[in-house]
Formats: sequence, structure tokens, C-alpha cells
Amino acid sequence: MNSKKSHFTITDPWIWKMAWRDGRHHWQRLFLFLLSIVMGTAALVAIQSMSDNLKRDIDEQAKTLLGADLVISSRQPFSSEVESFIDSLGGKQSREITFASMIYFKKNNGTRLIQVKSVEGAFPYYGALETVPSDAAGSFRQGGRALVDHGLMLQFGAEVGDTITLGSHSFVIEGRLQKVPGESAATQLVSPPVYISMRDLESTNLMKRGSRVVHRVYFKFDEKVDMDVLSEEIKPRLRAYQLGYETVESRKANLGKVFGDLYRYLNLVGFIALLLGCLGVASAVHVFINQKIPTIAVLRCIGARAKDTFAIHLIQVLCIAMLGAFLGAAAGSAIQIFLPGLLKEFIPVEVNPYVSWNAILRGLTISLSMALLFALLPLISIRKVSPLHTLRSTVSENNSRDIWRGVILVLIVAVVSIFSGMQIGRWSYGIGFTAAMAVVFGLIILIAKLMMRLVKTSFPRSWSYVWRQALANLYRPHNQTVMLMLSIGLGTFLIVSLYLTQDTLIKQIAIADSGKQPNLVFFDIQTDQQEEAEQMVRSMGAPVIQKVPIVTMRVAAIKGLTMEEIRKDSNSTVPRWVQEFRCTYRDTLTNTETILSGHWGRPVVGQDSILISVEKGMAENLNVSVGDTIVFDVQGVMMTTIVGSIREVNWRRVQPNFFVVFPTGVLESAPQFWVLVTRVTSAEMSASLQQAMVKRFPNISAVDLALILRTVDAILEKISFVIRFMALFSIGTGFVVLIGAILTSRFQRIQESVLLRTLGAVRKQIARIMGIEYLWLGSFAALSGCVLALLGSWALAFFVFDTPYDPVIMPVAVVFILIVGLTVFLGMFITRDISRKPPLEVLRKET
Amino acid sequence: MSNILRVQELSKSYRSGSRDLTVLYDVSFSIPGGSTCAVVGPSGSGKTTLLGLCAGLDHPSRGSVHLNDTQMDLLDEDARALLRNQHVGFVFQNFQLIPTLTALENVMVPLELRGESRADLPAQAWLDRVGLGDRMDHYPVQLSGGEQQRVALARAFINQPKILFADEPTGNLDDETSHKIVELLFELNKEIGTALVLVTHNLELAQLTQRIIRLRNGKIVSDELNQGQDN
Ligand SMILES: Nc1ncnc2c1ncn2[C@@H]1O[C@H](COP(=O)(O)OP(=O)(O)O)[C@@H](O)[C@H]1O
Ligand SMILES: [Mg+2]
Repeated sequence: MNSKKSHFTITDPWIWKMAWRDGRHHWQRLFLFLLSIVMGTAALVAIQSMSDNLKRDIDEQAKTLLGADLVISSRQPFSSEVESFIDSLGGKQSREITFASMIYFKKNNGTRLIQVKSVEGAFPYYGALETVPSDAAGSFRQGGRALVDHGLMLQFGAEVGDTITLGSHSFVIEGRLQKVPGESAATQLVSPPVYISMRDLESTNLMKRGSRVVHRVYFKFDEKVDMDVLSEEIKPRLRAYQLGYETVESRKANLGKVFGDLYRYLNLVGFIALLLGCLGVASAVHVFINQKIPTIAVLRCIGARAKDTFAIHLIQVLCIAMLGAFLGAAAGSAIQIFLPGLLKEFIPVEVNPYVSWNAILRGLTISLSMALLFALLPLISIRKVSPLHTLRSTVSENNSRDIWRGVILVLIVAVVSIFSGMQIGRWSYGIGFTAAMAVVFGLIILIAKLMMRLVKTSFPRSWSYVWRQALANLYRPHNQTVMLMLSIGLGTFLIVSLYLTQDTLIKQIAIADSGKQPNLVFFDIQTDQQEEAEQMVRSMGAPVIQKVPIVTMRVAAIKGLTMEEIRKDSNSTVPRWVQEFRCTYRDTLTNTETILSGHWGRPVVGQDSILISVEKGMAENLNVSVGDTIVFDVQGVMMTTIVGSIREVNWRRVQPNFFVVFPTGVLESAPQFWVLVTRVTSAEMSASLQQAMVKRFPNISAVDLALILRTVDAILEKISFVIRFMALFSIGTGFVVLIGAILTSRFQRIQESVLLRTLGAVRKQIARIMGIEYLWLGSFAALSGCVLALLGSWALAFFVFDTPYDPVIMPVAVVFILIVGLTVFLGMFITRDISRKPPLEVLRKET
Repeated sequence: MSNILRVQELSKSYRSGSRDLTVLYDVSFSIPGGSTCAVVGPSGSGKTTLLGLCAGLDHPSRGSVHLNDTQMDLLDEDARALLRNQHVGFVFQNFQLIPTLTALENVMVPLELRGESRADLPAQAWLDRVGLGDRMDHYPVQLSGGEQQRVALARAFINQPKILFADEPTGNLDDETSHKIVELLFELNKEIGTALVLVTHNLELAQLTQRIIRLRNGKIVSDELNQGQDN
């Protein structure tokens, strides 16, 4: 036998020529395939580019994040020992003292909680305070003048030159503060900054004990100083002095963590879009191969080897996949230029979108390999196409098991695990995700089979012909029930799950502003002011929901070990941030607390030991249980206490809650301040109460929870918009999957319907048969998807997020109705020719 | 002349549910090279089944088929495909042109499958020969049934097959077109010296061959030389 043919099919130029000839005018047949890949890749690339972008921007602008090389901070004024340590560090230094206080606008009596930042020195060293007019950033330092946050000025209609009051000192607004290095617009929304000069601080009279004051020193070192070496060097001293510190590197790492979670979630959303795209790929290729069976059979007949026909179509699929992936990558890169704009307010750096080749490469790799594997699943059946198809329209296929099918399935599972793990950033989650998908996959197949069994065994013989025909279509030979159920069901599952988890996530952060929840909190009330403050609140007709004393203290020792000893122990579970505690004392439990173990402490009389109550999570952190001792340093006085009880606290309630509660009779004479919680019924009432309070006691601060809730809401809205935007990709691909799935069944339906028409069925009957069939299929598939998604999100809320589960049924119902409606509509639309055109014409067109 | 096709005790049954349905019983015959033969019988008598088995498109349940002295059931699918490419031509009732290829490209395929680099020249010549020299770049949908069948003939003959199988080649054509196609088929057959196995239920058509095998219910009921036909 002569054979000039190349042994390796794929290197045979004829195969490529055939692939081109066969595909050149018919690439539309792979249009759905193309579309699926475009959307999946676009989603991946957009999200990855966005996070690459942010990383790069943070890197490039790292120094402006801090405005300095090093920041040292403390809640206490620096002791002389610390001062000399700071001196020894050298470099350029500037100081900042920050605390919350009320601003008062003279012009219109407006008041609001703000962040006072009194500065001394040339901070910021990197980046600049952006102000209007621009020289205000320098001139306010002369004293008597303030830079006021731009948004705050807008809110109160203030102008440059107006007068404001902070505590007992008046300031002229020197400029609008547009941007502070390292601060995102979002944090400025919650507590807007007002900059004043350090020399005016004393005269505001706001520096009372108990206020949340932060003292900072900003350092700028000579360029020759290696910050890594320096920070390693000074770390032990900083710890010993209990000073907080931040370097450019640590700030960067923190930011990375914050955005990391959001991006990981978005990455998963993108991956789900791709996975849906892959379903689309599989069903589109399936339809494609079905159309190509006659061609393949002829080729086999006139001597093409199985692998030749396989290679021809593989090349076509590959080329379209490449095209799709490249288009998707381009689209994704384009989208990310628009996406960061949405997130701008949360990003503390200037966003300069660029094309991330890393994201493109990664997106291309993931989507091409996934698409290829999912395409191979139907593609390998080409090898089994019998040349007998040339002689007969229906051929009994040999159903011998194809080991390649198994191999590809295993590969798919492996690749989905690896890539989802990569996207979420944790292998175990990737495996969990894949396992969950596999379970859902199996369950839907099971449901489909059960449904077919059920319809077959308890067939409603007495129903009308149209119904019987429609139902019989579900289980007759060559039915596509499982395939349709799988793509519609799985698609529904993914989209509904996405929606439900997103809802759970957002609900978890959002605080409900409903009912009788407190919405105005006054704090920093001095002991000698508390009686009068309470009276003022009552006189305005507002209830005093809670009035609690707060004593600031430090943990000195736990179970006989000093904090220094604990910190040195690398096995210790005590987190670094456990330093300062704000504790209260009272003799009763509040309604948000439950005792888990031990007994609620009695008031201390005389030489009683002090029995405190510790919150459950904190007890775990400190590794203490009932009976253990903790020594507190209450502003200089050492106080030995015994854990008397462990409490559970419902933190979701808006009211002051505490990690540690003391009994009465101990802390009454310690330096303390009070918090008063009330509820106002209108914005006007809130404003006038705040104004009255600030006028009488300038040191008292008020937090308007309603305002914060609105701000938080606005932020959440933007985040969920981004998430929903990404989910849109999933919905888009889901739509493609649906079309693909229905096209799969098109040919079968056409043949049957033409037959029915030739037998005399009228158009309406055919349409109705088809309508009922798709209605049935669509409802079953969508219902399975919805129920599985509800179960899945419940499991997620229960096991992973540990939040109470209250699913939103309405949107799920809407999705259900939409999907069923779309299925029926698309089903009727795609097969509309059948009932409209003469039977013969339809048949001729299809063959 | 030696036999190009040797069919021995060929049987074919299909499993339908739990029962075996036998559609071909112990069929034996041989086709000498260059001869023409018709297989006739009523619909459902097993003609197409037999043709599929002879061309190695399907597996027999029992018996054997030797094509060009190679026992087909000992070969795997690809080897049989290669054998078909070398020695077999096909003409089908519904033409079976590849819809995505032009007439010319359809005709080129068998040569290209052999790895021949300049398949276009012979293909053009063959299209000229069947009278479609001016339709080379047309797609099957742009051609009438008769024209499609001509293209199919060109494709079937281009690799100079030793045997050509035709299953109801005129089944989808009107009488006049049928007549022309049949004429062309026999002409080419003689020209190339190809053996022809013509499956048909059309007795008139069968009369044009040298030998007629009659099938009924899967069995050969007669196998005789055609009286009206002189060698
Ligand atoms: N895949 C199959 N399964 C079961 N029976 C089949 C199958 N293919 C063909 N048959 C049966 O084999 C018999 C012969 O069919 P066929 O060879 O097509 O006859 P002819 O071509 O002479 O009309 C018919 O009765 C047909 O029903
Ligand atoms: Mg037949």
C-alpha cells in the first residue's frame, strides 16, 4: 500500500487545508462556541487585569501611601524615654495628633463628627495634601486656620474663609482638602479629616483624658537608609515601648490583604462565568458535531482515517477557540479600563489603567485549556462516526466505552480544581469547589433520569394527545432530556448560587437600620458632664437607651505570664493587637449577651476578688477560661482579676459592646468617660441635638449612625455593582448555554414535527407540543438548579460564613420564571420554522 | 480475471431488544474484476445492508468479505478506510457531497487523502469529463440533483477504483436525468475497467448489467447472467 501521507495527522498540510475549506463559509456554526469563549475569557482577563493594575499602582505609588518612610504611633503621649528613642532615629520628622471631635460651622450651626489632625513639620514627605487654593496646604500651618475636607464643605455649604469651631477654638477655613496621601475617598466619607496646626491644639481644649487620641511621628530618611534593615533593627524597641509602626512595605501588605479578599471573590465569579462558558462550549460543539456527521461519514467512506476527520474538526475548534480567547482578552482588557473607575473611591492610590500582559496570558491559558477540554468531550465522538451514515439516516451507534472520554473527564476535574484553586488562592477551596460542582452535576443527571422514569412509569394515559406527545418526547429514543437538564440546571444553579452568596456576603457587612435601633451615639462624655448630657438628651424628647462608662486599660499579664513573655512565645495565640481594652462595669447583663460558662460577677465589696466576664472570642484569643487570672494596668494601677464567666455577645446589634465587663464597685473612681446611646426620629432632630451638645460641651463627640449607614450603603452599593457586573458575564454566558442546549434538540424536534405535520397535525398542535415539552424541561431544570443553589448557599452560610441564613426567595423566583420563560421562548423561536413552513421545505433545508 | 470481491457465507443480524433480527442469511458470491452486477430485491430485502458489508462500512455477524484479496473483517477501521481509498468508489442515492466544499474540492478529496499534492488538475479533468467544467467552484446547494450526482461520479472515479458500489444512484432523480447519469456511469465504468456493483429495485436499470443477483428476505433467491446483455 502506498502512503505518502504524513504519519502525524496534525502536521499533514492537507488536514489544515480541509479544515480551512470546510470551515471558511461556515464558521457561524461555531458562533455560540466563539461567544462562550469570548465571554468567559473577558470575565477572567478583566478581573485579573484589574487586580494587576491595582497592585502596580500601589507599588508605584507606595511611598505616597504613607507619605513618609516610617510612621510610629501611640495611644499615649510619648514618654521622655520614647522621645529620646525617636530623636535617636534621626531623619526628618513631623508630628501629628489625631482624634475624633465635632466640627461646628458658625454660618449655619452645622455640626458633624470629624477627624481632627493637628500637624507639625513638613508631612507629607511623599505626595501632597491637595488643596484648593493649592497654597493652602502650606499656609494653614501658620495657625488659626484649617483645611477642611472637600465633601464635608459641600455637605454644609461652607466656603473658604468661613469660620469653624473645634472645641473652644475658632478657625478660618484656609482651603478645601481634596486629597490626602494614602487615604481613600471612602474613609474620608465616614470620618472627614480637618487639618490644623499643632500650635492651635492646646487651645481647642479637646485633649482630655479618655479621648481616642493617636500620636504619630512621620519620618523621612536619607535615601541611603535601607528601610528593611532599619525596621528589623528597631522592631524590638518599638514593641518594648508598645508603639505601633508602619512602613511603606507593611502598608502595602495590609492593603493587599484588604483588596485580596474582594479580588478573590471576583476571581471566583469570573471563573464561574468561564465555567458556564465551558458548558456553552460543550453544547455548541455537540450541536456542531451533530451537523457534521454526514460529512464525516462521507470522508470515512472515501478513505479518511478516524484521526484525520477528528483532526480536521479539532483544528477548526482550536482556531475558533483561539479567536474567541483573543477577542475575549481584548474585551476584558478594555473593560478593566472602565472598572477601576467604579472602585476609585476605595482605592487609596491613583488608578492608571494599563494592559496587563500577565492577566491576558493567564486568562488565555485558563480559558483555552478549559475550553479545549470541554470541546474535546463531544469532539472525540467524531472518531466513532460510522461510514454507514452515508447509507442510512439512522445508524445504531456502537456504544462501546471510550476510554478517552474517561481520561478527558478526569482531566477536566483536575484542571477545574487547579484553576479554581488558583483563582480563589487556596487549593483546598478549589478542590471543594470542584467537588461541589461534581455533586451538583451528578444530582442533576440523577434528577433528570428520575424525572424520565417517573413520566414513563406513571404516564398520564388519559391526558390529551398534545400533552401525551409532549411528555413522551422526554423519554423516547434520541431524547436530549439529560443534556438539556444539565445545561439549563447547572446554569441556573451557578447564577442563583452567585446571587445568593453575594447577598449573604453583603448582608453580613451591612447593618440593618430598622425598627427601634439606636442611631445617635455620644461619646467622650466626662464623668462630671454625664448627668447634664443625659438631661439634655431627655429634654429633646429622645430616650437614653444606654449610658455606659468606659475605662481604658491594658493587659499586663495573663495566667501569671507578663505580656512581654507572652509576646516572646512564638506559640502564643494572643494576637498582637491585644493591648488596650475599653472596658465597662455594670451589675447586669444586657439583652445582647448570654453567659456560656461560669457565673456573672457579683459587685465587689471590700477585699473580694474581682470576677470579670470575658467575651467568647476574646477568651479564645487570650486562651483563658473560667478561673484564670488576668492582670490589667488601669492607667497606672495594677488590678488582678479572675475570669468569672465567658459571655457570648451579639455584635450585630447597634450598641456599645465590650470584650471585658467588670463588676461594679471596682472601677468607679478610675479615669473614665461615658457613652450615651439614643434614638432620634429625624435628621433635624439629630442635627439640633448634636448642635446643642457641642455648644455646651465641645469635647463631646457624636456619631450619627444613620449617616454612617448611608455612607456604608453607598460603598456597598458600589462593591455590589462591581460584583453584579461580573455576574452579568455569567448571565450572558448562561444565555448562550441555553441557546446551545435548545439547538442541541432542534434537529430531533424538526424531524419529529415534520412527521407529525405530514400525518396531519395542525400548526397549533405542534407549537403546543413543543411549548409543553420545553415548559416541562425548563421548569424541571430550573427548579433543580434553584433548589440546589438554595441548599448550597445555606451550606455556605452555615458552614463557612457562620451567619444566620435567610435566603431571598423573591429574586430566586424571578430567576426561575425568567429561565423557564426564556427556555420556552427560545425553544419555540428556534424551532419556529417547523410549524410555519411546509414540511418538505423544512426537511430539505435541514439535510 | 481474478475476483475483486469475494463474499462468503455472509450473515448479518441486529439486536433489537432481546431478540436477534437476521436481515442477511449466508450470502455468497464473487465479483470478477471489471464486471458489472446488479443486486435487486424489494425494499427491506437487505440490499443496502449487503452493500455496506461489501464495502467494509459495517461488520458482518458471520462470514467474510475479501476485497482485492484482503479479508476486510481482519482489518481495523482505518485500514479499511485506506483500502476503500485505494480501490473503492461510491455513488449514493442522496449524492453525499460534502456541503462545505466546492464541486472541485469534493472531487479532489480522494486523491488528497492519498497524499497527492496536485489533485486539482485531475479533478478538473474529471469534472470536464462529466460535463461540469464550468461549475467547478459551485457548492453542492448551487447544483441540481443530477449535477450533484455527476460530481459524485467524478469523485467516485478519480482514484481509478477497482470496484464501484452504487446504492440506488438514480433513486432521487427524475427519469430523464436518471437516464443520463446511468449512461455516464456505465461509460466511465467501461473506460476505467472498474467492476460495478449496482444496488437497485429498478429492474430496467438492472438490465444494463451483465449479472443480476436477486435478494428476498435477506437470502439470494437467484444469481444469473443477464440474458439481454452481451459481454
Ligand atoms: N440498525 C438496524 N437495526 C435493526 N434493523 C435494521 C437496521 N438497519 C436495517 N435494518 C433492517 O434490515 C432490513 C434490511 O434493510 P435494508 O438493507 O436497508 O434493505 P433495502 O436496502 O433492501 O431496502 C430491514 O428490514 C431493516 O428494517
Ligand atoms: Mg436500501
